[in-house]
Amino acid sequence: MYGNNQILKLEKLRKVFGGVVALDDLSFEVGTETITSVIGPNGAGKTTVFNLLSGYLQPTKGAMIYKDRSLQGEKPYKIASLGIGRTFQNVQIFPDMTVLENVMVGRHLRSRTGMLFSALIPSFLRPEEKRIREDAVRCLAFVGLEHAADTPAGSLPLGNQRMLEIARAMAIEPDLLLLDEPASGLNSRETIAMGELINRIREKRVTVMLVEHDMELVMEISDRVAVMNFGRLIAEGTPREVQENQEVISAYLGE
Amino acid sequence: MHAKDYIGFSILIGMVLVMPHLVGNDYYVGVLVFAAFNCLACIGLCLLMGYAGQISLGHGAFIAIGAYASGLLTTKMGWSPWTAMAAGAFLAMAIAFIVGIPTLRLKGHYLAMATLGFASIVHIVAVAAVDLTGGPAGVLGIPRIGLFGFSLDSDIQYYYFAWTAVVIGLYLAFNIIDSRIGRGLRAIHGSEDAASAAGVNTSVYKIQVFALSAVYASVSGSLYAYYVNYIDPGPFDVMHSILLVTMVAVGGLRHLWGAVIGALLLSLLPEMLSFAAAPLQAIGIEYKPDYDIIVYGTILLLIMLFLPEGLFAGLAAGCKSAWNLFKKILKGRPFVRE
Repeated sequence: MYGNNQILKLEKLRKVFGGVVALDDLSFEVGTETITSVIGPNGAGKTTVFNLLSGYLQPTKGAMIYKDRSLQGEKPYKIASLGIGRTFQNVQIFPDMTVLENVMVGRHLRSRTGMLFSALIPSFLRPEEKRIREDAVRCLAFVGLEHAADTPAGSLPLGNQRMLEIARAMAIEPDLLLLDEPASGLNSRETIAMGELINRIREKRVTVMLVEHDMELVMEISDRVAVMNFGRLIAEGTPREVQENQEVISAYLGE
Repeated sequence: MHAKDYIGFSILIGMVLVMPHLVGNDYYVGVLVFAAFNCLACIGLCLLMGYAGQISLGHGAFIAIGAYASGLLTTKMGWSPWTAMAAGAFLAMAIAFIVGIPTLRLKGHYLAMATLGFASIVHIVAVAAVDLTGGPAGVLGIPRIGLFGFSLDSDIQYYYFAWTAVVIGLYLAFNIIDSRIGRGLRAIHGSEDAASAAGVNTSVYKIQVFALSAVYASVSGSLYAYYVNYIDPGPFDVMHSILLVTMVAVGGLRHLWGAVIGALLLSLLPEMLSFAAAPLQAIGIEYKPDYDIIVYGTILLLIMLFLPEGLFAGLAAGCKSAWNLFKKILKGRPFVRE
């Protein structure tokens, strides 16, 4: 077991784009099986943290320790195989595939069949194919999209596309799930459903880390909140502690 | 593969069996054999372009590699046609890895540029490396391939052989599409970032499917060499690579059936146009085969404008609305909107 029940530790994480310092020695920890939110004004570097964690960008300096293991230099697919799932701020689904097929892609790491065997044996004779399908249906049911399984993913409304992204990320059976603004563009009813879904994800013993602008959602579901501004951590604590923090208030009100 | 695709296979096999009896002439059977070679290359190209979303402008080069490997290994080294074909496929795969590894690791259409250059190089080597390839004079006396001790001497025998290869190639391709590998490829086409977040090793998959499509092209080239018994650099120029891309695009990138339909249509088009030459002559227009390229261009333009998803998607949509109209007529209310 990794030390102190911290699934993820960021140590003096620094990212520089040209002359712009996007992350300035950011350090914080994410407790196992918690919901941790990262908030902050636009351009604070929240999405950069996610892109570093999931391997799309490499840090300039600093360390990212996940389960006592460095994530430094790993490719996105490798990070997925370590049990880190993610969704994207601008929904990234596979629009030409059906909703179910989208989730079946998420079962990629949990299946083995190679190209030669796939080519020779038709899919209805491959037991693995049936299992992938059943697992994907279960993930779809978890987010409540099983009724839309056979529709093309591109024709879903935005709220459902966000749910689909989560179903696909859950299909890799992650231990840590990174949600990048899951409620953006959703109406209030959909946002409430999203909050309930995130709570159910935690009940499945998955640690959730989310970047979100909807403060009501953040304060309601988070165990811990980290506040960033200009690439630095300015506050960290329970939702109540953060709300009363003077520096946070001035960052948001622009004093 | 879905139920509809099995119906497609039945139709294809039925057409393959019936066609020789309809055309009833060795020349046209020969045309259909050439169509089979194009179909095979286009199936591989469709896996690469339509499913993985990568463009190769140099597949003619892989056809040349298969054809020359078969031609040279059988005539100069005395290898059996089957072994030579396997060696050609292996060589094409190896070269695809060499071309693909540096280009496919990058995002964007670097593969298109690299393969275009590669196709020119292969064509130049075929023309200029006289000691190896025979230069413009080509390779003569390539044997026919045999099957279980039977030789495939007549056009009609080779026709069935070549189309069997197409059916097998199509079957393998459909099985790959309908697997975790195929879904990984389609995911790359949809969103490369999301595919890798789902654990798909995108650069490895792109390189593998590129190598696979090179193998399809190479086998098609070998079958061509064993059919015509003589090869020279002529048919393997860059324009042939472009024509293959056109075939896939006209038929419809997004579906393997589109590749088959596009390859079939554009392979038969010169013959159809030569039929049209006589009536055109009667009204005072002289049609020359040189004009074919204009017709190709026009067809591509019209398809891109009006059926951007390709002929197959257009046909499928047409059949669907015809079927809906038919159902309405059965109910006796053809003009009522539902």
